[in-house]
Amino acid sequence: MSAAAPPDAVIRVENLKTGFGDFIVHENVSFEVRRGEVFAILGGSGCGKTVLLKHMIGLYRPLAGRVLIGGEDIATSHGARRLAILKRFGVMYQLGALFGNMTLRENIRLPLEEYTDLPDEAMDLIAETKLRLVNLGGAGHRTPSEISGGMMKRAAIARALALDPEIVFLDEPSGGLDPVTSAELDELVLRLSDSLGITFVVITHELPSIFAIADRCIMLDKRAKGIIAEGRPADLRDHSPNPRVRQFFNREASESEAAA
Amino acid sequence: MKASLALNETAGSATLALAGRLDAYSVGRLWRDARAALTKHPNTPVTVDCSAVDYCDGAGVGLLLDLLRQPRPAGADVHIEGLAERFHRLLDQFDPKSFVETSAAPPRPGIIERAGIAGEQLWADLRGLVAFLGEASAALVHALAHPRMLRWRDILYVAEEAGVNALPIVLLIGFLMGVILAFQSAIAMKQFGAEIFVANLLSLSILRELGPLMTAILLAGRSGAAFAAEIGTMKVNQEIDALTTMGLDPVKFLVVTRVLAATAMTVPLVVFSDLIGLVGGALVMLTFEIPIATYYKQAMSFATLGDFMGGLAKAVVFGVLIAGIGCLRGLQTETGASAVGIAATSAVVSGIIMIVFVDGVFAVVYYYLGI
Repeated sequence: MSAAAPPDAVIRVENLKTGFGDFIVHENVSFEVRRGEVFAILGGSGCGKTVLLKHMIGLYRPLAGRVLIGGEDIATSHGARRLAILKRFGVMYQLGALFGNMTLRENIRLPLEEYTDLPDEAMDLIAETKLRLVNLGGAGHRTPSEISGGMMKRAAIARALALDPEIVFLDEPSGGLDPVTSAELDELVLRLSDSLGITFVVITHELPSIFAIADRCIMLDKRAKGIIAEGRPADLRDHSPNPRVRQFFNREASESEAAA
Repeated sequence: MKASLALNETAGSATLALAGRLDAYSVGRLWRDARAALTKHPNTPVTVDCSAVDYCDGAGVGLLLDLLRQPRPAGADVHIEGLAERFHRLLDQFDPKSFVETSAAPPRPGIIERAGIAGEQLWADLRGLVAFLGEASAALVHALAHPRMLRWRDILYVAEEAGVNALPIVLLIGFLMGVILAFQSAIAMKQFGAEIFVANLLSLSILRELGPLMTAILLAGRSGAAFAAEIGTMKVNQEIDALTTMGLDPVKFLVVTRVLAATAMTVPLVVFSDLIGLVGGALVMLTFEIPIATYYKQAMSFATLGDFMGGLAKAVVFGVLIAGIGCLRGLQTETGASAVGIAATSAVVSGIIMIVFVDGVFAVVYYYLGI
């Protein structure tokens, strides 16, 4: 993503207020994700990263404000319009959310079977290419209960890519993965973003991963109930006026606030 | 632009021109035609011209890979031309020849092998049942010997969930059973002017058989399944592992409370079921002009306390069986959401089978004991 490209917002979050009953998670959050960029959502545990993600993909309804994907409000659309929005993105959930009664190949084939008219052997071939993208070639006959947690995450990414959506949401893709696999995933994200122009929205804690892949990021905070920083990760690390942001990027404990 | 395909044939070569947007939604239509074009020219080189392709994602790459992987004789290769650099990079990640056509399904084992597998499973199941029975009995005896160590709060919670909350459905089914049984038999007996003996039939069959049996089957469907699903989910979530590493025996912690509570609640539920069934019968008999007092007297003079107590003794055994099998199936759960469903299903199925089997055993034993 070069800085000269016109800012073409593919996701726009406007004045979003989220919460459950009286418990407010976010107060007035606004940002936009531009086409083709890798956008990271950062923040400490419990600041509502996953809640924000679930509002962006239409699982939760906002208390106020709206989320526009390609200009369409996902929370208020129904039927065919909603389906059209849903087909524009794929999601990798934190724990994989693979269907346990299906093999990995069948998991990836499911959206292909439901939404395309591809012949049978074509779906098998495409499923195998997706599995190879995440280094799971040849594991298509396994069921989720037979594979490790890291493999499950990678298989979940493969499933999110099944229909080659223009946006892919990844909820903690590298959490619980070894550094080598994690680096390979980063490479995969960069390659897909580069060659297909896929927009990635990534929730992550992994600092090396953030610096490696994220074009821009926002940082959420529990106390502020919203965004406390937005920009390029390296800029935030070096120049953020907010000590909490610098702590996060420099991996310091919060006691050091006094010392800093 | 929509995806399209054109085949240009010249002597000694063929060109397959792909154009437009190759994505998962569009390539499906082209796939068979493209494969057919290759089979039409088995011995000539085929050029796949992609210069008019504006977009090619994973599905498009899949189509190209499928064309490239086809086994062709030497000198009749398939090659790609004019594919934009950024799409070519996607294609280059894969070696087409390494994608062998996956065989449809692994060969099914033969009937003897399947019989063997089923037999082995049955054997393992029986062993598991015996081991569980021993473990649970030991834990139960230990718990009864040390009642202060029991988690009474858990027991009361299960008793409410599996007993008190089951009362409405038990009453409803018990009442309807009494009504239906009385009505059906009264019609037949009326022909002989023997309606009064419906009271005999009802009191005997409800107290000895139907009250305990129907209540047990209801509980197997309600609480047996719930126990299996709850413990199964705990196992999937590694909660059982957490108990084990805390030094808390899952059988003691989960099974004993459930078995005690469910067994203790089965007996009063059967009493309610018996009572409401007889009431239902009495109401039907009213419409056949037999007063309640007459019905009551007839029933009381025929059925004995032994019949009633015999039914309750069965209820105790049924309660142990339902709760025990529900917990066993829960503890046997494998990983995954479908495994929890399987555990709940098999808890109900094997629970009902065991209930009917044990009921038969009771019938024989009571016969020889003269109860």
